[in-house]
Amino acid sequence: MNITSNTIAWWQVMPNVLWTDWLIYLLLIAVGVFVYHARRHEHLRAPWRQILRRRLAMSSCIILLSFATIGMLDSIHFRQATDLRDDGSLRYSNESVSLFDQLVLPLKNNTEKTYSAPFATQLYSKENIEAADGSVSRDYPKLKYGGAHLDNAGRDASKDIQNRIVTATWHAALAIVLLTLLFAIWQSMKNKTQLGCVLLKMWRGEQDGLPWKTVITTLGSIILLIFLSRELATVYHVFGTDKVGQDVFYLTLKSIRTGLVIGTLTTLIMLPFAIMLGIMAGYFRGWVDDLIQYIYTTLSSIPSVLLIVAAVLMIQVLIDNNPDAFTTLQQRADVKLLALCFILGITSWTGLCRLLRGESLKLREADYIQAAQAFGVSNFKIITRHILPNVMHIVLILVVLDFSGLVLAEAVLSYVGVGVDPSMISWGNMINGARLEMAREPVVWWSLMAAFIFMLLLVLTANLFADAVRDAFDPRLRN
Amino acid sequence: MLAYITRRLLYAIPILIGVNLITFALFFIVNTPDNIARMQLGVKNVTPEAIQKWKANHGYDKPLLYNENKNGSEALTETIFYTKSVRLFVFDFGVSDEGRDISHDISQRMWPSLAIAIPSLIVGLLVNISLSMLLAFFRGSYIDVTGVITGVVLISISALFYIIGGQYIMSKLWHLVPISGYTEGVAGFKFLILPVAIAVIGGVGSGTRWYRTIFLEEINKDYVRTARAKGLSELRVLFRHILKNAMIPILTGVVVIIPLLFMGSLLTESFFGIPGLGSYTIDAIHAQDFAIVRAMVFLGSVLYIIGLILTDISYTLVDPRIRLS
Repeated sequence: MNITSNTIAWWQVMPNVLWTDWLIYLLLIAVGVFVYHARRHEHLRAPWRQILRRRLAMSSCIILLSFATIGMLDSIHFRQATDLRDDGSLRYSNESVSLFDQLVLPLKNNTEKTYSAPFATQLYSKENIEAADGSVSRDYPKLKYGGAHLDNAGRDASKDIQNRIVTATWHAALAIVLLTLLFAIWQSMKNKTQLGCVLLKMWRGEQDGLPWKTVITTLGSIILLIFLSRELATVYHVFGTDKVGQDVFYLTLKSIRTGLVIGTLTTLIMLPFAIMLGIMAGYFRGWVDDLIQYIYTTLSSIPSVLLIVAAVLMIQVLIDNNPDAFTTLQQRADVKLLALCFILGITSWTGLCRLLRGESLKLREADYIQAAQAFGVSNFKIITRHILPNVMHIVLILVVLDFSGLVLAEAVLSYVGVGVDPSMISWGNMINGARLEMAREPVVWWSLMAAFIFMLLLVLTANLFADAVRDAFDPRLRN
Repeated sequence: MLAYITRRLLYAIPILIGVNLITFALFFIVNTPDNIARMQLGVKNVTPEAIQKWKANHGYDKPLLYNENKNGSEALTETIFYTKSVRLFVFDFGVSDEGRDISHDISQRMWPSLAIAIPSLIVGLLVNISLSMLLAFFRGSYIDVTGVITGVVLISISALFYIIGGQYIMSKLWHLVPISGYTEGVAGFKFLILPVAIAVIGGVGSGTRWYRTIFLEEINKDYVRTARAKGLSELRVLFRHILKNAMIPILTGVVVIIPLLFMGSLLTESFFGIPGLGSYTIDAIHAQDFAIVRAMVFLGSVLYIIGLILTDISYTLVDPRIRLS
């Protein structure tokens, strides 16, 4: 076979799985197992159905899922083949990219020289421009990519943007109508009912009792946004560009993964400790209880910000003193991110542990556990079969409640200088940079705005969803 | 009462020892003093002599736990553990890596922190209680629903946005107050308005949400029904009966953070250039001054434990049903 470098296909890649990627896959498997398990048990399905019947919760859930999808696509890292060695093996690029990068390639590659405003066709600052005849004038230079497809960008841009918005809306409307119809046809074939009947039921909200109008509106908005970004973001910088000319829209989309990793992996890491220690303290009592209580009282009596600061500083020294352990900057940033998750986990497990201890103390006196003990069932089995399933609702409530707090904490910690690596794209780093940009004249507001919108959307939907989960699972609120 | 307080203080000792051991492990076992010296001097091109000199200057040139070269009690006291960790118990924070006396810095810098923190706490408490009473009074109505949703939105905004946005709008666009700075006395009042306002707005979402549930819990209790049955107006019930009882969880919840007010707020102080303990900590983090960070961790824990003790005492004071056992 005679393969030359320009015939290397896009799929000839070398997977490059980072530490956080592995944990995200693990989390995904865990969620999959949980969903499979919950689907088969009515007592687990009922609260979820109750959650999804609430319109606000349903629409938050869909938005969260789309965030999660972006985060997932951004967690599949690989290195692309660049050319062929003489012995026939492929040579791979040093730069590791994610599947998401590949999907939004124009966003990633269209970098300008420096700042430019959203939808601008010119740079933010004046420069000396050399004309073809050698004369030098001082003006705003044209952008390399933003509006580059237009002959006269200054004149045609607004018209072009309008046209593109109309096209995107038209496409999105078509897509959502098609999707709705397909779903209705599938439902009517499954339930052997007429198509019109299914559509009417969906309109009235009687189909499975789910708020289908909300589902369609939310999905429709998301599809509209996707089409809008496909039309607009590929030829303009919809959120402008940052100091080194990177597209801010791309940066804020990439930040989603960082936020999600902090929000989810932190809990994933701390859960085993919190559950094990909490239940052990409540179940065994005596010196085990004393010891575990002592550990979490001590840990929680250090103000968490200061404990995080101290631990992160120490990890930074450790990493800086062992530069040989990491081959690439990306790996180093990734290990730092994981360390941050660990540290946040250590400082945040105490609350859950305390709650679980209290609940186990109550449960161990319950009749069915007394009965199990009388039958001689081993402690391990009692804990795993009887106590654990009965405290899982507390775990679930706390996990979803903690998520939004952790996403917010990332931003604050990155500002303080003990957050994620400065080379890592995150909302915290974007806000940190925006602090100086706000002092410029004219003000560079778009980085802050982009981070604000996306962070608010993620945290707000997470909070709304968490409230619904708490209402559905907290037995004290069930009446 | 005295016996109770003494017992609570004695309980605090093992916890403080634990905190001390954790900080010691974090700062001296995760990284050896050699590593820290290398970090301070720049990782590359450091001679062993330079490291030795840095360690000797900052008192890190001793063994960690046991000094074999000394006799008697000095074998234990001439160690890093004794000089850097045990001395924290008598609030001897030593000198910072830059050579400044930490205890002196702390005693000077806690006043600006308090100047921000105390007004923020009081104004915030008043605003949160009024708003949550309003929501509880109109419970179930559109006012309540709007209020609750606004609260969730306010919680979802990072504190950084409140500060950056507030500074931009109030100082840069409208020129109402200075953007940052601090002076002592009455002249400093204008510097305090914006940080306090932002602290209040930043906390109003979570505060109102929490207090609202407290009020709603009280509203459903029997004594409230009795009061209504006696023919008292809803407003009178709210202010005379519910407010008094709801203040118990609210005030005891506040007591725990009162000692921590000394520490100030990291974000507010660094954004507004207030020379308090919060910005002191931030500066130490940026300069990687571990001596200061270590001192602040210990001080923070002490203050938090004091807060917990005060909470327990205040419970017994405001609610006579809780006995001191």
